[in-house]
Amino acid sequence: MPGATERTGGSTAIRVENLSKTFDTAAVLHDLSLDVRAGELLALLGPSGSGKTTLLRIIAGLDFPDDGRIVFGAQDATKLPVQQRAVGFVFQHYALFKHMSVAENIAYGLNARKRADRPAKAEIKRRVGDLLDLIKLSGFADRYPSQLSGGQRQRIALARALAVEPRVLLLDEPFGALDAQVRKDLRRWLREIHDRTGQTTIFVTHDQDEALELSDRVAVLAKGRLEQVGTPDEVQEAPVSATVLKFLGDTIEVEAIAQGGEVRVNGRLTPVAAPEGLVGPIKLYARPWQLQFAEGDGAHLEGVVRSSYRTQGRQRIEVDRPEGKTVVVEAADTNRFAAGSPVGLRIIGGHVFPN
Amino acid sequence: MAPPTRANPPTRAKRRFLRPSVIPGFGLAFGYTLTCLGLIVLLPLAALVTRASGLGLSGIWEVATDPRVASALRVSFGVSLVAALTASVFGFLIAWVLTRYRFPGRKIVDAVVDLPFALPTAVAGIALAALYAPNGLVGAQLARVGIEAAYTPVGIYIAMVFIGLPFAVRTVQPLIAEIDKEIEEASATLGAGRVHTLVRVVLPPLIPAVLTGFALAFARGVGEYGSIIFIAGNLPYVSEIAPLLIVIKLSEYDYGGACAIATIMLGISFLTLLAINLIQAWSRRRFGYV
Repeated sequence: MPGATERTGGSTAIRVENLSKTFDTAAVLHDLSLDVRAGELLALLGPSGSGKTTLLRIIAGLDFPDDGRIVFGAQDATKLPVQQRAVGFVFQHYALFKHMSVAENIAYGLNARKRADRPAKAEIKRRVGDLLDLIKLSGFADRYPSQLSGGQRQRIALARALAVEPRVLLLDEPFGALDAQVRKDLRRWLREIHDRTGQTTIFVTHDQDEALELSDRVAVLAKGRLEQVGTPDEVQEAPVSATVLKFLGDTIEVEAIAQGGEVRVNGRLTPVAAPEGLVGPIKLYARPWQLQFAEGDGAHLEGVVRSSYRTQGRQRIEVDRPEGKTVVVEAADTNRFAAGSPVGLRIIGGHVFPN
Repeated sequence: MAPPTRANPPTRAKRRFLRPSVIPGFGLAFGYTLTCLGLIVLLPLAALVTRASGLGLSGIWEVATDPRVASALRVSFGVSLVAALTASVFGFLIAWVLTRYRFPGRKIVDAVVDLPFALPTAVAGIALAALYAPNGLVGAQLARVGIEAAYTPVGIYIAMVFIGLPFAVRTVQPLIAEIDKEIEEASATLGAGRVHTLVRVVLPPLIPAVLTGFALAFARGVGEYGSIIFIAGNLPYVSEIAPLLIVIKLSEYDYGGACAIATIMLGISFLTLLAINLIQAWSRRRFGYV
């Protein structure tokens, strides 16, 4: 965490203040505030309908809030038209100009400037060449978008957005339309580009792996509210709510009792500490790897193995619990568990939240 | 080695013509199409040309250079061209308004666009003539500023715009509806103003469709008869259109002369449409890269 602040410098590039937005009758953003630091790569993570794309569009000036402010540096940009915001926006479906060549697409923003601000032709050409090098598509200047693959198109869209040297780069589910392998490559590549350019970047995603791998900080949104902002480590180690925890990965829910700072499951003590003042029946949330197979008094839960499968050196076992729920447990791929065999499960970690 | 070489060319040729397909009935459908095309389109045209060829090339040339015929051809093609241009511009605007904006009565306006299609051309002609005649509702106003609409080429122009408009609207409308909102948003985020976005991003991909509409409106204008003759006044050398001249020749039992004019029109129309198609193919390569 100190490392992240060091890298991002810490000064605020964009301040989102008490933003609210309603479409027709449905509220999509509730009183949302968020600071974006200069130079950071921030992920807006949330399920569909969480308002993350709307937030991004409001920052870009493609939508306008009902209430609240958007501040760029020291300038109030709430009413600033999109053309004057100097943002780079990358759309999920590329939105390239199909009748223009790759080079024309990239040069578009520069050519659209008023004559006084427009760089000379040679300068534009040089910039386009540099950007093509950056996105590793040097030989493609004269191609048309229809002749490129999805991944290539998205790289062109990124170069087009970078060409105008935006204050902030906004990416709306940039890898959403690509297949898994290309998506992985592009993620790593985007991270590289960001490290090299230091461009303040906000990207929207519903893929937690993508957010956790790529970003300096993650902002988790749910139902139009900001649940938590923090580094990937922070949100994973100390999620502030069950919503955040559940959205960040597979979760097992267990009935538990909190008392005197301790959490007990089926009367047996767990290593999870209850926050002060939390008393009574609660839910304990654990990750699949926070359950271990155990016997006798060591086990908090009991169940019967339903099935198991191997994946990438690990083993995932589905266990039916007596009260009807099924939990998925992750374990080392050593001894396999036969379907139907009774097992005990020991909780070695987890989270509890105030109701 | 020898048999395959001998067998190869015919199979390759066959394969090029008829690729394996999951859709059955190619033979039947193709045969039917050719028969219809032959009977309905090619046969009458062939008969026309055959009849005209009775005059010989010099005979046709004589008809074409006849001052009255030449003037009628000039009027027909010249006015059609201007009318098709007008219809394209206004048709584009109508299509734009109908697809891009939501307003009360939009569906009704949308239906009204098709009226020139549906109206019997004679009805349209009488209506236009009544409206634009010197004592008509619009004609009287035009006369006051010194424009004579009825019984001049202006009248022909008005009738041709009227009947060409639906073509211009209907060919671009679906493409305007398909314009991706994100394209315009992308242009805006890159700093481009509305006009720049419109001219550089929105319009170029529509050019092929506008050209199609133009070609259809033009073809319709050249061939139009019913709605024009009422408003044109049909003064030889001034407001006489070539189709009318054909009718006149026919009523004089000058079948050869009628066919000669028809063949000349056919030739000019063919060349014009060919030229438009070439421009279209070029613009599709240039702007319509999809």
